[in-house]
Amino acid sequence: MATGKNKPNAARNTVSARGKRAHRAVTILVGTRKGAWLYHADAARGDWRSDGPHFLGHIINHVVLDPRDGKTILAAAKTGHLGPTLFRSVDGGRSWKEAAQPPAFAPTARGQAGRVVDHTFWLTPVHSNQADVWYAGTSPQGLFRSQDGGVSWTPFSCINDDAQYRRWMGSAQDGTPDGPKLHSILIDPRDPDHLYFAMSGGGVHESVDGGRSFTPLLDGLDVVEGFDAAQPTFHDPHCVRLCPSNPDRLYQQNHCGIYRLDRPARQWHRIGQRMPKRTGDIGFPMVVHPRDADLAWVFPMDGTQVWPRTSPAGQPAVYATRNGGQTWQRYDSGLPQRQAWWTVKRQAMSADALEPVGLYFGTTSGELWMSADEGRTWRCIAQHLPEIYSVETGVLA
Amino acid sequence: MKVLIPSALLSYTGQRYVQAHGRSLLAVIDDLERQYSGIRFRIIDEQNGMRPHVRFFVNGEQVFDLGRRLQPADEVAIVQALSGG
Repeated sequence: MATGKNKPNAARNTVSARGKRAHRAVTILVGTRKGAWLYHADAARGDWRSDGPHFLGHIINHVVLDPRDGKTILAAAKTGHLGPTLFRSVDGGRSWKEAAQPPAFAPTARGQAGRVVDHTFWLTPVHSNQADVWYAGTSPQGLFRSQDGGVSWTPFSCINDDAQYRRWMGSAQDGTPDGPKLHSILIDPRDPDHLYFAMSGGGVHESVDGGRSFTPLLDGLDVVEGFDAAQPTFHDPHCVRLCPSNPDRLYQQNHCGIYRLDRPARQWHRIGQRMPKRTGDIGFPMVVHPRDADLAWVFPMDGTQVWPRTSPAGQPAVYATRNGGQTWQRYDSGLPQRQAWWTVKRQAMSADALEPVGLYFGTTSGELWMSADEGRTWRCIAQHLPEIYSVETGVLA
Repeated sequence: MKVLIPSALLSYTGQRYVQAHGRSLLAVIDDLERQYSGIRFRIIDEQNGMRPHVRFFVNGEQVFDLGRRLQPADEVAIVQALSGG
């Protein structure tokens, strides 16, 4: 089993003169195409101490700190040549050990075609009253669960092998250029049996019975012109978020716009139509405020013609709504004003829980940006990283 | 038998050459897994298929059949395919 042998790759680059204990208020967990990095800061978020690379050369799709203990970190990994795996730290990233049983589809009988996990794409820790339970989403689309803090994983729910869900998942040609993904695994903080997930492609789905069954949740969502919106396979949710302060409210950045859903209703509303027309409402990440369900942020990208997936007109900006999507404000102070053709992936933007909330995003060109004032002003805190795949935040114990 | 380990898997074995036993290529891989937990899934998928960019050689000959019978004196090489550019 590969263990802390990965640690020699983790060089600590102290960019601050302050002691380590001062950097405990927030940690940014960055997954890249070539490894993972952690960045630590105090509540002022002025100085950041970098810690990495971890797993240099590994493709890290997601790195998540468990908020239940503030110590456990899971990293979804693979390399260009080897199969996928998961690494696990129980000491805040100081040492790592490989999962004993990474997510894998059930073996099929000899002669039958079975699916193979190419990579784990998404990781979600569950409730504080369900210690050590995690969910994982994979490419191709599969849903997996661990009950031992990420050491061993088993296929979860019926969807991995359900004939109807398999049709909705489609083939590799129906997924993203990097493979079809199961992502945005969301757990209702009031009820762990109430959960959602999303598939690119394949739509948004809900369970109210602990995952024994799921139903599509697609009303009101647009699909690409000419396709049947009643068919889940034609839906492409890029990122779905549940508001911690109001778990009945969901936001979604979709291939076809920005949406809000207030449960128990099942009708999504396209709030992105209030975005400036020249910017549009296409993008990948979406972030919600930890204490204000009316406040959310997106990072628009160009979805015209061949889908450049870059900042419209080469002028990157974050857009915020403070009223549930009725109006939007452009925030670009501190960001390049021209010739910046950035792409921000769906997992590469997140918020911390401090006051005021800090926002973070990473670009595919390897820059990590942050705002300590809820998006109004931005500064770059790391450059020259590999292509950034994911940005998450947490608080180390 | 002697098994050559590619650099990408040295984090498991810690050495370039290891000893493993088995009457078939798959049995040798299972023995490697017994000794170096986790190594199997990096080179063989859950449907017992070879990973796309991993190749197996027996006595210098590329082998695509995991059921290939082996003799104790055979030498197995696990290599990364030259597919990375």
